[in-house]
Amino acid sequence: MAMMAIAENLRVPAAGRPSAADARRYWLQAKRNQLTPYMFIAPNMALFSVFVFFPLLYALYISLREWSLIDTPRFIGLENYIRLANDALFWQSLRNTLVFSVATVPMSLAIGLLLAVALNRDLVGRTLLRSIYFLPVVISNVATAVIAAWLFNDNYGVINTLLQQIGLGPVAWLSSPRWALFSLIVTTLWVRIGFCMVVYLAALQSISPTYYDAAKMDGATRWQQFRYITWPLLRPATFLLLILGVIYSFQVFDLIYVMTGGGPGFSTTMIVQYIYQAAFVSSEMGYASAMGMVLFVMILLFTLMQWRVNRRVEDVA
Amino acid sequence: MIAGTSDRAWSRRLESSGIWLLLVAGAGIMFFPVYWMFATAVRPKDEVFSGAAGLIPSSFVWQNFADAIGRVPFLSWAANSLIITVVAVVITVTINLLCGYAFAKFRFAGRDILFLAVLSALMIPFQVIIVPLFLVVSELGLLSDYWGVILPRAAEAFGIFMVRQFMVSIPDELLEAARIDGASELKIFFKIVVPLSKPIIAVLVIFTFMWRWNDFALPLVIMMKQEMYTVQLGLNLLRGQFNTEWTMIMAIALLSLVPMLIIFTFFQRYFVQGISGSGLK
Repeated sequence: MAMMAIAENLRVPAAGRPSAADARRYWLQAKRNQLTPYMFIAPNMALFSVFVFFPLLYALYISLREWSLIDTPRFIGLENYIRLANDALFWQSLRNTLVFSVATVPMSLAIGLLLAVALNRDLVGRTLLRSIYFLPVVISNVATAVIAAWLFNDNYGVINTLLQQIGLGPVAWLSSPRWALFSLIVTTLWVRIGFCMVVYLAALQSISPTYYDAAKMDGATRWQQFRYITWPLLRPATFLLLILGVIYSFQVFDLIYVMTGGGPGFSTTMIVQYIYQAAFVSSEMGYASAMGMVLFVMILLFTLMQWRVNRRVEDVA
Repeated sequence: MIAGTSDRAWSRRLESSGIWLLLVAGAGIMFFPVYWMFATAVRPKDEVFSGAAGLIPSSFVWQNFADAIGRVPFLSWAANSLIITVVAVVITVTINLLCGYAFAKFRFAGRDILFLAVLSALMIPFQVIIVPLFLVVSELGLLSDYWGVILPRAAEAFGIFMVRQFMVSIPDELLEAARIDGASELKIFFKIVVPLSKPIIAVLVIFTFMWRWNDFALPLVIMMKQEMYTVQLGLNLLRGQFNTEWTMIMAIALLSLVPMLIIFTFFQRYFVQGISGSGLK
């Protein structure tokens, strides 16, 4: 409404036939305007160039070199990449990353969808319930990790205390390799499901009720309504969440760094942990950069693949 | 017929209550970690390790917060975080608005390719460029400097994307009319575009605040001096140095969340708008 009011106001003086002087002034300004967009995007583009695009190229350059920061970089061709292929720790961190992604992404989408469908109904306290499920999204990963480390604490954590009260445990949540990864996955779900819920809720609310009215007239069951109306119409949301989820789980750093430090052993070391360690603990800049490039290519390939699959399905539909 | 309808209505009611109970139980589980942080922070210190500590603290020792602040430089961390966050919000919001506006409302050579470049920045994992980024910041002499963590993240691809999506719907006639009236481009931006963009500005301010306040990886490599530590770095330090003093760690963790909790309470709808409006239209 406000927009229309302003539009009307502005149009009034311009409504008369423009004089020759007006036309000339307008033309001059149009000329000047051609530079305007470039000036408007300049600050961002300059920052992107210095702090994103240049570093990306630089990373490629460093990845072909051996460099400990204090000595001079020495060109070694693809040696870092070859070493990577034979590094058991790299393969383990890759496997951890994949296990972590497969365990967290589909599950957070599924729980998020269930919550969204349930909380899209008229329920008592709906707003409060939504807020509680969403709350972890705004809590920093460091704080989340610290809280989780306390809850899962082997000796004094409340989870073990409660388990023991019903005659189970204690479980070595953070000091056994298998359970440490499990604890991380549970914590990540706690962080992620609220985000998925909000995206699905928005998508659900944009579905026109007329579809459901028509389906009800044709006697469709509620499962059929979900299967043939809701689910297909949620596809863009699912696609978005899948991509964001994979990118998130391939890049998760803070949570693991603070909660388990990648341990015990290397049981929760993901690729990004290994990159950090190679760069800032063992000072192998070239090797760390090579790993970074591999990670980048993996994310890129996954996103492109998803995008193509999505396009094909959309074409068929 | 009538009996059938009421039967169905009744089973609907039963189902609704069942779902409601499940949702409430789930919410209880979701909220528990936050509650437990609070409970640990305020209960008497000796209760923490007794093993038989009740779900509700036997007494509330607010002094725990004062003790924690007395022992670690939390206030200095908070000041650093606040300076970084506020400056970053001002810069990011300003330049993202300008940039998103240009992409939404101007035709210019190279526009689409440049926009694609912005979007691709979204896909570059931070850890991929962390080594060269560290070197660039170091080369600029900005290690352990506020600017060293503000500038690398000031251009925010996601923010530009959100602004562009929003501003596309501003009518062109509005801007043309102002141009015919002889208004300068900057004047048009500030007098017409900005007032119409208040909702997206709110979303942008809140998201940028959250991103910068919660940032960890970048400050971790840039802030080498402890007096430059942010709240998140400080919390991580505590986890390493005082890893059995859970009362203090939980007290500081709770304090570190206060700004986000306040913003979340009052501006929750903007979070939802930002997340739901970003990629779905």
